[in-house]
Amino acid sequence: MNRTATLICLVLVLGGALLLAAGNQLAAPGSTFHVPTYVISLVGKYLCYAMLALALDLVWGYAGILSLGHAAFFALGGYAMGMYLMRQIGTRGMYGNAILPDFMVFLNWKELPWYWHGFDNPGFAILMVLLVPGLLALVFGWLAFRSRVSGVYLSIITQALTFALLLAFFRNDMGFGGNNGLTDFKDIFGYRLQADSTRAALLIASAVFLCLMLLVARFIVTSRFGKVLIAVRDTEARTRFLGYRPERYKLFVFVVSAIMAGIGGALYVPQVGIINPSEFSPANSIEAVIWVAVGGRGTLVGAILGAILVNGGKTYFTGALPEIWLFALGALFILVTLFLPHGVLGLFRRREKALPTKPTQGTATEPAE
Amino acid sequence: MLLLRRALFALALLLAAFPARAQDPFAGLTASGFDDIRRGIEALATAAPPQAAATIAALQSGNLLSGPGGVLVIKQGDTLIDARTGQPAPGMTVGGVTAAGLRPVRVNNAVRRAAEAAMGSLTLFSPDTATRRKAAEAVFKSRDPASLEPLARAIAAEKIPSIRAEMEEARAALLLAIPATPEPEKLAAVATLRERGDLDARALLANLKDQPAAVARAAADAVTHIERMEQLWAVAQGIFYGLSLGSVLLLAAAGLAITFGVMGVINMAHGEMVMIGAYTTFVIQDIIRTSAPGLFDYSLFLAVPAAFIVSGGLGIAIERGLIRFLYGRPLETLLATWGLSLVLQQAVRSIFGPTNREVGTPSWMSGAAEWGHLTITWNRFTIIIFAMMVLAALMATLRYTSLGLRMRAVTQNRRMAASMGIRTPWIDALTFGLGSGVAGMAGVALSQIDNVSPNLGQSYIIDSFLVVVFGGVGNLWGTLVSALTLGIVNKFLEPLAGAVLGKIVVLVLVILFIQRKPRGMFPIKGRAVEA
Repeated sequence: MNRTATLICLVLVLGGALLLAAGNQLAAPGSTFHVPTYVISLVGKYLCYAMLALALDLVWGYAGILSLGHAAFFALGGYAMGMYLMRQIGTRGMYGNAILPDFMVFLNWKELPWYWHGFDNPGFAILMVLLVPGLLALVFGWLAFRSRVSGVYLSIITQALTFALLLAFFRNDMGFGGNNGLTDFKDIFGYRLQADSTRAALLIASAVFLCLMLLVARFIVTSRFGKVLIAVRDTEARTRFLGYRPERYKLFVFVVSAIMAGIGGALYVPQVGIINPSEFSPANSIEAVIWVAVGGRGTLVGAILGAILVNGGKTYFTGALPEIWLFALGALFILVTLFLPHGVLGLFRRREKALPTKPTQGTATEPAE
Repeated sequence: MLLLRRALFALALLLAAFPARAQDPFAGLTASGFDDIRRGIEALATAAPPQAAATIAALQSGNLLSGPGGVLVIKQGDTLIDARTGQPAPGMTVGGVTAAGLRPVRVNNAVRRAAEAAMGSLTLFSPDTATRRKAAEAVFKSRDPASLEPLARAIAAEKIPSIRAEMEEARAALLLAIPATPEPEKLAAVATLRERGDLDARALLANLKDQPAAVARAAADAVTHIERMEQLWAVAQGIFYGLSLGSVLLLAAAGLAITFGVMGVINMAHGEMVMIGAYTTFVIQDIIRTSAPGLFDYSLFLAVPAAFIVSGGLGIAIERGLIRFLYGRPLETLLATWGLSLVLQQAVRSIFGPTNREVGTPSWMSGAAEWGHLTITWNRFTIIIFAMMVLAALMATLRYTSLGLRMRAVTQNRRMAASMGIRTPWIDALTFGLGSGVAGMAGVALSQIDNVSPNLGQSYIIDSFLVVVFGGVGNLWGTLVSALTLGIVNKFLEPLAGAVLGKIVVLVLVILFIQRKPRGMFPIKGRAVEA
């Protein structure tokens, strides 16, 4: 069933993206088949969220690491891409400075900070999209898993991590645009960002990357490595006694997941046209967790499904009934955890062997019973 | 011959000056020349009869009138007052002169300066203590050599030690400003200023010019001494701010130490319990404002139990309705309570609106006290005391009441406690209610120093968890130490790194600390940990 679900998901994501892009590019405006550009960007945004959800499901669903700071990796990837896009503006900025982005001119900075160098090169920028979240995850994960911080403690410090980054990126003298973040982008890889064709291409790129990530994640979890990972999730101590090094498995999958989230962020920024520190807010990370929970934790496909469902609902509610949205989201958290422990996908696979009934790892974080 | 002439000259001077002073200290003011008026002011200030200050003040405001025959009158609105006696002049005539024959006493800049200096020294004798204090401070600032002599008399006459000390300091400042002062007196003056030890004294000592070497050395010495003292006071002030922040953290975390620390429930809606406590305060104050405004100063005494009941009741409802289904699944609890926090925030936003609500501060909590060079604001101070009281009450409840005994029994060994006849589900609900109620009381305190908005709780939730985790889960003493430590460290990092960066550094330090000691500063040892 998992294999068929994955196949269906691949076909739907790729096919859907291609259809939408074709509807936008080939059908004339006004025809029944024409897809407006805002829909293209919206769906592209959902797919980027789906990448974040997929990354989170990989660590939460298969390694038992409930990261409440995964949006930080997403935002870091986004900032790396944003820095590239800022450098591409060149003299078209409000102040017409060829080197410095507008906000630096505004702050009266004389030269580019050292960490902004190289971002005019797309190759370097892409490398940073992968490296920055990956390295942060490596250092953070190495420290955390080595000293066996797990369960709720890990969740809380991941949340503190993203909160610290949020505060840091709010500062003007960090050199990332402070409160306003990076915006007003002009083109990407030489193509005009506002052009419909660029939007369509970005949508297709997002779909392709999402499918690739799904395949990679599936490869990881179905391999021998994945089996050990699941063992770590279910009983970490027992796995350790069998001679495995759980921290290494967790660290590897944590870094892979962070890189996936970073790629998601990098594709997200050109499609929404802005990146600012609020992407680091802990609430965003927790919202990503609920996407995974809604779709079905530990299924990969479920994470993608959940991200698209919840965000579709969010778009609808915030437009139609804005004051209801937080009630709905809150109720979703409560109802899903109480009544749908396996998510929407769990409804379809009742009779199959699912996750263990107690889906969290049984370490010392439970109440003393 | 020369000597004789000098002696005669001095005698003549004495004869010329003395009778005038003895007869009428006000005489100079009735003269017509500016120089005579100026000298008259100085003579008046030196003689200092009771009416001197009022007369010179009238001169400054242009209300001093003089007439032929040495008549001197203060115009006050429509009435005329005899400057010498301070009595109203009946029938608008003074000494047979009517208002038409009076002219204002003439004033130029030199006269004005003399009047100012005279006022400075005259107010030194004012019967009002606050005026005398201000006058001493004015002399300290102006360092007008003319004030030296009245100052010396004022010091001799002064009864209140603290004002005398201030006058001594002013005199020391004056002595240092006069080049002719002998060296030993200057050294004594430096010592006096060193004792005073504030920024003014430091500035004065640091800017001394053309002094004998010994005085300059002593002054430099005193400056370093004052600077060192200032640093010590700054440290003390930092500790106070840190304690204040720490007590806020402690209040926010104390309830969490029960629900998370003792029960092991991750309640992400804990911040909302705090927020609801703050809104309860708002509602109570609103009711008092409309029905019994006189009781406003006591509103917080009503708000504390009310907030405890509201938040605690809500906590019991949450435990019964949601959390009890999720025991043993901490990550699910986290998600569900997060959802709950969103619902509560939105509910409050729908009821009270998204903007900040105004919560008043009772009069006894406003203002500040100066203690040495320390400024202690009463609301911060009250919150520190309140936090300690809440923690003490919480500890006493856990240790000495039968409810506390049952709570501890259930958390230590649930099945054994149930076998002994304790209704464990009921105890769970009460424990959770207690933690939530404490959060509500924290909300009352926070409403005094923070904005009461639906987002109030969110800004404290991460900090509270860090405090509990840092202190060691399930340990109230650990929570206390960790809250105060984090508060003080935060406040001392602020001047070094800025407020935001300081907070980031603290967050990173705590993250690193948890990596090294995953169970906090004071971990609970024994079997309960692994259960």
